[in-house]
Amino acid sequence: MVAKKGGNRGVGGEDAEEELKRDRLQAILLADSFATKFRPITLERPKVLLPLVNVPMIDYTLAWLESAGVEEVFVFCCAHSKQVIDYLKNSKWFGQPNFSVSTIESHNSMSAGDALRLIYERHVISGDFILVTGDTVSNMPLTLALKEHKERRRKDNNAVMTIVITQSKPCSITNQSRLGMEELFMAIDPDTKQLLYYEDKADDLKGTISLDKGLLMDKTSISLHNDKQDCYIDICSPEVLSLFTDNFDYQHLRRHFVKGLLVDDIMGYKIFTHEIHSSYAARIDNYRGYDTISKDIIQRWTYPLVPDVQFFGNCATKLERRGMYRASEVGLSRSAQIGPFTVIGNGTSIGSNTEISDSVVGEGCIIGSNVSIDGCYIWNNVTIEDGCKLKHAIVCDGVIMKSGAGLEPGVVLSFKVVVGQQFTVPAYSKVSLLQQPVKQDSDEELEYADNSRGVIGIPSISNTPEKLNEQFSTKLSDSQRQTVSEVGNGGVGFIWSHGEGGHEEEWRHSVAPIPADRLVEIIKTATDELEISNRDGNVLPPSGELEPDSVDNDSDEDVRDDYAYFEKEVEATFLRAVHENVTEDHVILEVNSLRLSYNLTSTDCASALFYSMMKLALDTPHDTPGELVKNFATAITKWQKLLKYYLTSIDEEIEVILKFEEMCLESTKEYSPLFVQVLHLLYDKDVIQEEAILNWAAEKEEADESDKLFLKQAEKFIQWLNEASEEED
Amino acid sequence: MPDVNSLVNEFLIKLKKRKIEGSKATAKLTAELLRSFISQKRLPHTNQAGALIDAVKAVGEELINANPVELAVGNIVRRVLHIIREEDLSLTTAAVGGLSLSAESDNEDDVDQGDHPALSAAAVAAAARSTLRPPSLQTLLEDMPHSAAVPQTSSSGGDSEGKSKSADKNLMTRKLKHNVIEAVNELIQDISTCHELIAEQAVEHIHQNEVILTLGSSRTVTEFLCAAKEKKRSFRVFVAEGAPRYQGHALAKELAARGLQTTVITDSAVFAMISRVNMVIVGAHAVMANGGVIAPVGLNMVALAAQRHAVPFVVLAGVHKLCPLYPHNPEVLLNELKSPSELLDFGEFSDCLDFGCGSGSPLLHVVNPAFDYVPPNLVSLFITDTGGHNPSYMYRLLTDYYSPDDLVVRRRSTS
Repeated sequence: MVAKKGGNRGVGGEDAEEELKRDRLQAILLADSFATKFRPITLERPKVLLPLVNVPMIDYTLAWLESAGVEEVFVFCCAHSKQVIDYLKNSKWFGQPNFSVSTIESHNSMSAGDALRLIYERHVISGDFILVTGDTVSNMPLTLALKEHKERRRKDNNAVMTIVITQSKPCSITNQSRLGMEELFMAIDPDTKQLLYYEDKADDLKGTISLDKGLLMDKTSISLHNDKQDCYIDICSPEVLSLFTDNFDYQHLRRHFVKGLLVDDIMGYKIFTHEIHSSYAARIDNYRGYDTISKDIIQRWTYPLVPDVQFFGNCATKLERRGMYRASEVGLSRSAQIGPFTVIGNGTSIGSNTEISDSVVGEGCIIGSNVSIDGCYIWNNVTIEDGCKLKHAIVCDGVIMKSGAGLEPGVVLSFKVVVGQQFTVPAYSKVSLLQQPVKQDSDEELEYADNSRGVIGIPSISNTPEKLNEQFSTKLSDSQRQTVSEVGNGGVGFIWSHGEGGHEEEWRHSVAPIPADRLVEIIKTATDELEISNRDGNVLPPSGELEPDSVDNDSDEDVRDDYAYFEKEVEATFLRAVHENVTEDHVILEVNSLRLSYNLTSTDCASALFYSMMKLALDTPHDTPGELVKNFATAITKWQKLLKYYLTSIDEEIEVILKFEEMCLESTKEYSPLFVQVLHLLYDKDVIQEEAILNWAAEKEEADESDKLFLKQAEKFIQWLNEASEEED
Repeated sequence: MPDVNSLVNEFLIKLKKRKIEGSKATAKLTAELLRSFISQKRLPHTNQAGALIDAVKAVGEELINANPVELAVGNIVRRVLHIIREEDLSLTTAAVGGLSLSAESDNEDDVDQGDHPALSAAAVAAAARSTLRPPSLQTLLEDMPHSAAVPQTSSSGGDSEGKSKSADKNLMTRKLKHNVIEAVNELIQDISTCHELIAEQAVEHIHQNEVILTLGSSRTVTEFLCAAKEKKRSFRVFVAEGAPRYQGHALAKELAARGLQTTVITDSAVFAMISRVNMVIVGAHAVMANGGVIAPVGLNMVALAAQRHAVPFVVLAGVHKLCPLYPHNPEVLLNELKSPSELLDFGEFSDCLDFGCGSGSPLLHVVNPAFDYVPPNLVSLFITDTGGHNPSYMYRLLTDYYSPDDLVVRRRSTS
C-alpha cells in the first residue's frame, strides 16, 4: 500500500527513496538515562544492562535498531561506561554485517545535553539520525517515519526533529499506573502534525494549561491531546546537535530542548510528531515502567522481541500453554505450580509445592520448596530458601533469601543482598550492600547514616566500578561481623531510607501495583482537578503566562508578614503625628496610602492604629495600672476621631476588640488585667458600640475554654450592658 | 565468494528474527545455503559421506533450532541428508566390484552397507537397497530404469578403480560432492517449480460452474485457481478473508484482476456458505507424516464445516512441506504466537492492559496463534507436485524423500 502511494507521487518519491538508500542511517543510543530512578541497583550496574525478561535492555534497543534498518549505532556510555563497553565487546553486536556498533565514552557528562555536545565534537554524525536511549523497547518500523521526516525536510529546512508518539487511553489513572509517568499534554497541528506545545509536568499545573495566543492566530486548527504517550524515539537532523552546542544550557531532551524550541520561535525550528498505531514503543523510565513493559513483552506486544524468539543471544526458551515460557533446562518439581505469564530461565531449579505466578525468574536460580512468588522479577543466580514469600519485588543477581524470609510489595533487593531467616522486608524498601549516598541538604538522611555505622564511605555515582568493588569487599566483611543487621539475623545489606517524598512517592514508581486506596485517591484528585478546571474553564489567564495557583497557598504567610510591616509603619506614622502635632486628616491620608501600598483593608488600619495607641499609652511613663489606664484614656480621647474614621461598621469594631485581646495575650501583657477597664473606656468614648461588644461576646461563647479568659473578665460588664439594653427596650 | 560461515550466521539470524516468511521461501533459501555449504566443505579422504552428513547435520541442527516452528527448514535439511546418502549409496554400489571399497564402506556406520555381500552385480545391490526400505509405489516404478542405468556407471567406475586407488579417491570425493550438489540443484528446481506442477493438475479437480472456497492467501492456491481459469474453466471462488492478517483481501483482488468471479466473506460466515460450495481448496504450512496438516489459523473450522456438509477438503502442498515427523511430537505442535497488535490497536486498549492496579495482572489477554492443526480424517485429498494423495498414504510418500536415520537431526556425540 505504501509503495503504491509513493509511486503516485512520481519522481519526487523515488528520489526520496534513493536518498534514503544512499545515506547510511545512523543512530545515537544513550546508554545512560542521567537519572537515579533505578537506584540502588544502578550504583553497581548501569541501567541499560539490567535484564528485562532475562535479556539486557540494551539488546532490545539494538535488536530493534538493527531490524529497523539502522546501519551504524553510536553507543554513548557514561555511568559505568566500562561495564557497558565490556558487555558490548563480549556480545555479538560487534562485527555484525551491515550493522556497526561503536562506543563513545565519557566520564563527565551529566545530562543528555552534555552527551550530544560531545558527540557533535566528534563529527561522526553525517545525516539524519535516530536518537534513542538504551532502555527503549520497540518493534516499530522506521521507514515511514523517516520518509515523512525527509520529505518535510526537503520542503522546510527548519523541520529538525520528528518525535514518535503513540496513543494511550486518556484514563485518569492510566498514565500513572502504566508507565509511572506524569500526564502529558501536547498540542499538535492536525494537518501538518507539527508539535506546538509539550508539557510533561502537567500534574503540577492542577488541571490548567495555557497556550500562547499566537498559536491560535497562525493555525486554523489545533488539537490538544492528553491521550498521547511519548515514546522517546526521535528522528533528528544534524542541526539538533549543533543546537545543543549553541545552547549550552540545554540539558534535558524534553524539558529543555523540545520546550526550548517550541517557546523560542526566533530561529523558527519546528518539531513534528509521528504517531504509531499497531507497533509497540515504550521507554522504561522507572520501576513501574519496568514492570509494565516486562508484562507487555511476555504478552507478546513486542513481537518478535519476545522470549521464545532468539532475537539476540538469549537462550532457547519455549512458550508453553497458558503463556508460560520455559527454558530448555529447568529443574521443576512435580508439585510446583507455575502460573500463567511466567518466564523461567535456564538452569533454574524449583522445589516442591512452590507457586510462581506473573513472574520472571532468571538463570541459575535455586528456589526451595513451599515458596510463593507473585509478580516478582528475579534475576540470575538467586537463592531462595524454603518457605519464602515474595510479592511484587525485584531481586537482583546473587541475592540469598534465607528460609522463611518475606518481601512485601515494592521491595528492591540489590546485588548480593542476604535477607535473614524469618525476616520480612517492609514494603517499598530498597536494600543494597552499598550505603545510601548522603545528600548534604537533608538532615534526616545524615542522621540515618550516622546511626547505622561510625565510618561512612559514601559511594557516589561517579565512582568507577573498581572503586566500588573495593568498598564492597571491605563493607561485606564489616557487615558480616554484625550479627543482627538491618535485614534480619544473618542478613547483609542496608535498607535505604526513602527520598524526600517518603512513602508518598515510593508507591508511584514501584513494581507493585498501586494500592486500592491510592487509586481512589488518584481518581478523586483527578476528578477534583476536573471540577476545578471546569469552573475555571472560561477564565483562562489571558496573558498566556501561567498564573500558578500556588500563590494562594503561600499567601497566608505573605499576608502576615505584610501586616507586621504595615503595623510598624502605621505605628511610626502615628508616633510622628503625636510628637509633631500632625492633624488627623494628614494621618488618615498617610495611613490610607500605606493601606493601598500593602493592599490591606480598613479593618487592618483600625487594628493597627489601635495597636499604636495602646503602645503609645504603654510607652508613656507610668507606675501603676491605674496610671496606665489614664494614659490610655488621654490618648484615646485625643485620637478617637482618627480611630473612628476607620471603624465604619460593627465588624471592624469587633476586629478591634479581637486585636486588643490578642495584644493582651502576646505583645502588651500589661493590659491583660485592665481588659475590662479599657473595654469600658472604649465604650464610654463611643469608640466601640454596645452591639459590637455583645457580638464579640456571642462569638467568643463558642470558643475554647482557654480563649474565654477575657470573656470571663468582661462578664459583668457584658451583663450590665445586656441589662441596660433591656431597660432601654 | 563470501565465507560460508558468515552466510550461515546471517541466515540463522534471519530465521531467529522471523525475517523470512513462508515455507517456500524458507525452503529455497535453506537449500541454497546448504548447497554453498556443501560446495565449500573440505572432505577427508576416507568416509566422505559420513563426514558430509555430520557436517550437514551440525548446520541443520542449528538451523532447525533457530526457528523450530518453521518446519520447512528441517524438511530441507533432511532432504539434503537423504540426497547425500543416496548419492553415496549409488557411488559405492557402482564401485562395489573392488574389494578395497567394501572394506572402506565398513567404516560408514550410518550407511546400511556394512553387511552387504560384495557381489559384483550392481543391480543386486540396488535391489537390496530398495528392500531395506518399505517399497513405495514410486520407488518400484522408478527403480526399473534407475537400476538399469547403474551398471553402466559401475563398469566405468570399476575400470578406473582397478588402476589407481588414490586417484580414484580424489575422483570419488569430487564425484560425491558433485553429485550431491547436482541433486540439491534439482531439489531447488523442484521447490521453485512446485507451483506449476501443482497448478497443472488444476483442470482435473476444478470443473465447470463449481464453487470453490478458500481461506486466507496462498501462492499455490492462487496459481492453482488461475491455471484452471486459463484452461477456460468457469467457476466461482469464495474467499474467506483470513483474520487477523486479512490476506484473503489481497487474494480476492488478484483473482478478480485475473477475471475470476470472486466473493469475499468473513471467516465466521464460512459455515453458512459451505453448503453452496463444491470444494474447499487451501494451502498448508506443513503436512505431517500422519496426513495431518499444520495450516493457517481458521482452517480447522473450515475443515469441520466441510466435513459436516460432505464437501471435499483439498490441501495443496509442495513436497518441501512434507514433514517426516508426527504431530504428537511436542516440537511440532509448537505454535507461533504472533503479536496481539495484529488483532487490537495497542493504544486503544492500553487502559485494559493496566498492570499498576488490582492484583498486578491484567484482565485482558490477547492470543494470536498463527497455525491450526487439521487432523487427517478431515482432509479429503493432498495435491503435491507428484500428484494427488490420500492422507493415509503420506507416510509412504515420505519414505521416498527422507531417510529414517535423519528423523532426529542431531549431531552425533563424538564417541
